[in-house]
Amino acid sequence: MSAFILRRALQALAVLFAVGLISFAMFRFAGDPVNQMVGAETSPAERLEIRRSLGLDDPMAVQFARYLAGAARFDFGISYQFRQPVAQLLKERMPATLELALVATILALVFGILMGVYSALRRDSALAKLFQAISLIGVSLPTFLIGILLIYLFSVILGWLPSFGRGDTARLGWWTTGLLTVSGLKALIMPSVTLGLFQMTLIMRLVRAEMLEVLRTDYIKFARARGLRTRAIHFGHALKNTLVPVITIAGLQLGSVIAFAIITETVFQWPGMGLLFVQAVQNVDIPIMAAYLMLVGLIFVTINLAVDILYTIVDPRLRSSIHQPA
Amino acid sequence: MSIRKTLLAAVAATLLAAAADPASAKTFRFAFQGNYQAADPYTLNETFTLGLHAAVYEGLTKRDKDLKIIPGLAERWETPDPLRWRFHLRKGVKFHDGSDFTADDVIFSADRVRAQGSDVKTRIPSDSQWVKVDDHTVDVVLKTPNPILHYEWDTWYIMSKKWAEKNNATAPTSASATTPSYAALNANGTGPFILESHQPGVKTVWKTNPSWWGKKEHNIDEAIFTPIGSDATRVAALLSGEVDLMDPVPLQDIQRVNSNANTQVLTGPELRTIFLGFDQRRDELKYSNVKGKNPFKDVRVRQAFSKAIDVNLIKDRVMRGASVPAALLISPLLFEGSKEFKTAAVDIDGAKKLLAEAGYPQGFEVGMDCPTDRYVNDEAICQAAVGMLARIGVKVNLNAQPKTKYFAKVLATGGYDTSFYLLGWTPGSFDSWNVFANITGCRDDSGKGGPFNFGGYCNPKLDELAAKILVETDTAKRNAMIAEAWKMERADVSHIPLHQQTLNWGVNKKVKIVQRADNQILLYWVNMD
Amino acid sequence: MSDIAVTVPETAKTPSLGARLFDSDLWASFKRSKVTMAAAFLTLLFFLVAILAGVLSPQDPFDPAQLELLNSRIPPLWESGGQAPFLLGTDQQGRDMLSAILYGLRISLVVGFLGVAFSATLGIGLGLVAGYFGGAVDAVIMRIADVQLTFPAILIALLIDGVVKSILGNQLDPMTILGVLVFSIGLSFWVQYARTVRGSVMVEKNKDYVAAARLIGLPALVIMLRHVLPNVLGPVLVIATINLALAIITEATLSFLGSGMPQTMPSLGTLIRIGNNFLFSGEWWIVAFPGIALATLVLAINLLGDWLRDALNPRLR
Repeated sequence: MSAFILRRALQALAVLFAVGLISFAMFRFAGDPVNQMVGAETSPAERLEIRRSLGLDDPMAVQFARYLAGAARFDFGISYQFRQPVAQLLKERMPATLELALVATILALVFGILMGVYSALRRDSALAKLFQAISLIGVSLPTFLIGILLIYLFSVILGWLPSFGRGDTARLGWWTTGLLTVSGLKALIMPSVTLGLFQMTLIMRLVRAEMLEVLRTDYIKFARARGLRTRAIHFGHALKNTLVPVITIAGLQLGSVIAFAIITETVFQWPGMGLLFVQAVQNVDIPIMAAYLMLVGLIFVTINLAVDILYTIVDPRLRSSIHQPA
Repeated sequence: MSIRKTLLAAVAATLLAAAADPASAKTFRFAFQGNYQAADPYTLNETFTLGLHAAVYEGLTKRDKDLKIIPGLAERWETPDPLRWRFHLRKGVKFHDGSDFTADDVIFSADRVRAQGSDVKTRIPSDSQWVKVDDHTVDVVLKTPNPILHYEWDTWYIMSKKWAEKNNATAPTSASATTPSYAALNANGTGPFILESHQPGVKTVWKTNPSWWGKKEHNIDEAIFTPIGSDATRVAALLSGEVDLMDPVPLQDIQRVNSNANTQVLTGPELRTIFLGFDQRRDELKYSNVKGKNPFKDVRVRQAFSKAIDVNLIKDRVMRGASVPAALLISPLLFEGSKEFKTAAVDIDGAKKLLAEAGYPQGFEVGMDCPTDRYVNDEAICQAAVGMLARIGVKVNLNAQPKTKYFAKVLATGGYDTSFYLLGWTPGSFDSWNVFANITGCRDDSGKGGPFNFGGYCNPKLDELAAKILVETDTAKRNAMIAEAWKMERADVSHIPLHQQTLNWGVNKKVKIVQRADNQILLYWVNMD
Repeated sequence: MSDIAVTVPETAKTPSLGARLFDSDLWASFKRSKVTMAAAFLTLLFFLVAILAGVLSPQDPFDPAQLELLNSRIPPLWESGGQAPFLLGTDQQGRDMLSAILYGLRISLVVGFLGVAFSATLGIGLGLVAGYFGGAVDAVIMRIADVQLTFPAILIALLIDGVVKSILGNQLDPMTILGVLVFSIGLSFWVQYARTVRGSVMVEKNKDYVAAARLIGLPALVIMLRHVLPNVLGPVLVIATINLALAIITEATLSFLGSGMPQTMPSLGTLIRIGNNFLFSGEWWIVAFPGIALATLVLAINLLGDWLRDALNPRLR
């Protein structure tokens, strides 16, 4: 067991190394950071001097070694744009992204499961068809367009919801939260719906399919034969069996949600890590880009590792066939 | 403290904060497409940033609503001889931390602004000497005469020596710093506003300074800045009343903002000139099907291009009227004599004839570099130019990229890797000489000479004249020389000037603000109903 | 994105591909569902107009010489101010929207199809290799697959796009950009195919005929290919259909992030990104028509995919 975990942990490290390598390769394409750090009139000689002092003229191998050494301690230096330690900036932005991702996932789970169960039990009802239609639209329009349409409707025309930002936030230690203020909650609605729509679609379809399958299994038939009430069968047995894969998938998808927050945060000017990353790309702020990619990589790897370990604890037989589709 | 107690405390604090806010306090909320990066006034030489610094910091001089130079922290100044300037400092001025403003602070700032890592080094000549005469008098000793010495001092902000020393911020927050700088997040100026908090990239808050020395021309108590990068979101925030001012309004949304009951667009001429440039330095263009020679070395080809580009059509269709077609590489606001010059007339047949005379009756192919997120509708302008040049047989292959990649390619550090490009330039000193030095001056391959003359246009006679303009102190004579220089440049068609874009600020109608042509958002002129 | 491998249980082997795919069951279920028929019709229509874009379009929107700035921002024909031949109006460069949509559709479909073809080939190949050889080869391939599955496709595509462009330099013509897009989208979607194929190979590997083939000296891999491929064709087709829709949306999203097709050769996604800016200004047709086209296309493909999945899964029938 511990050998298995160790092996997985080593693999996780290898993955992080690969992420580091890929992102490092990408920086070379991003452009010349110096031009974004100085005003238009700064002379070429001064630009070259800054380049040199940033270590951008060193051999690639030296740069990569320095980058890895920093990454190992999660020290990515000072942001080129803001002249602040990157770790500090990420720490300030993380709560915004995690709250958004979490609320979006919960919304997706709640509505996805409800709609999925309903459309499995009442396969041919009009409402089930409507749910199906909504879920298809959710995957058929690009996220950014959905976000802008929502802003247009709810901010500009109706004036109900704020079009940008997090609203007022409260501090809990270093964590800032928008969940405790009215304006914070209002500001969360549109971004989390936009972000969660895709996941909701996914979960709804999954629940529907799983429910339909479970309802056909012998053990449900047996339950029926025993004379259990339909409701008890549906929710006590069928749904319970469905939930394990659904929650697993939702957990695995959390990483995906965090990554997709890049787009949602850009549209809603949500002050999270994704927005920080997009701005960093626009300004070739390499330290921020590097830190963000490594952090997101770390989050993904951690989620994956946790799921693996949980699986093996729950059922050792799964060890060899982890991740095999249900 | 348990989590529950922390939560309760947080809720209570939030409620209290909301309750304590007096109804009469006037808060001005504004948004810009970019970030206010660091609060250190020597970190970035960029208009918007410099404008925001002006809330907190002040220079020895200021510029008034018409950009005329007026006294700032220096009450008056004189030039006993061309190599010596004397500045008399304002008395009784205090920094926000309560300490007095003296000559020591000026000398300290003069050293700091020239130090390694400063991006505004050009504000004062590097070889000038700064001498403290007494606590409120400073002498500047120059090596060469310089009639425009103080032209950019409105954005050379004076910092407190004591404060900088106490907080270990005596060096400018340089681009390559390895430790965070105190001055990047905090500020201590003499200005009308106090920096309350600065969360880079998220939110910046200022409070009005009750003990400011000057006569208050604003009535707001607080200002909150948020960057909003997405155009649509920024427009929505203004329309829904969440911000009182935002900049810039995308051209296509001007009408919409104006037709909304509570909002309007303030437009005015901007100082930046947008133009097209040609590689005239290489013997063979890097991106072209013409081999063995460089067609742009022939003035007839440049003239033909100029005749093919219809700046009025670009104004009408691409800019939706929000531009002023340009005859010169400098805004008419910055050079009085510019009325004599006319924009090039469109003449397709004439252009084709010129091309044929130059040996390209069938036209030729050339690659064009264009930024997509630097100037108003930049990519659309380039696309329009591509279409217009197609009419005279020139096939342009457009390489439009985000500004980060564009500048990495076309600047000196990228080896001036371009054949044909679009660029914009605002002369920092608001003077023609700046354009002659940066845009049309001859250069070598490393960029010595005219560093932003990407195409390497070179006319030694023009450079000679420019050198004389720099040291001429007689205004009338100087203006005549500038006009002469512009005539030389026009005869050569060194570049194709397109237009000055307009400033487009979206404001809520309850806001009164001064919109200056340099596009700085100045909080000390904001009034709200 | 949709990281759940589609599973279709192995049904009895049938030798002929055509017979297996279009057996009477499938055809019957197709005829039963009006929605599916509509979706199939729409998809077919989209393919057709994309192929015939050159004939149907009044203008070549990719040729700047044909764009007349004077014709910019003309509303659709039925609105006041509309002008022939611009049925759906023009954008701010004077580009006819209908032509731009037809050509853009073609680009989007090419990116989608090539992306899917690339990822399917890669996935099937790797799945076969992993399943057949097993051991270390299998472990390495499947670990990579595991890892990639946790990373969202959009981030992978964005990263690969960045790396490839950094290798190729910063003067790229539109066709190269298209190639890069196909490559990066393809590389981010191969995992599901590999898993499905690998699973099927694992089952087949131990069957008698493989052993028999080995005994008489036939290359077992070839034999297996012949038996495995028909088995996995159903699920692969389902994955491919759904991924086609996903690839098209991914291209649009990449475009929003600034890594899509350039404005001089716009895909549907690029058209939407440009049009986005005209949402508030009253020039709704610049975003609405490409948006509707993209949504309808993706919706139709998704509906087809759904139907295929249900139809090929006997447990749901």
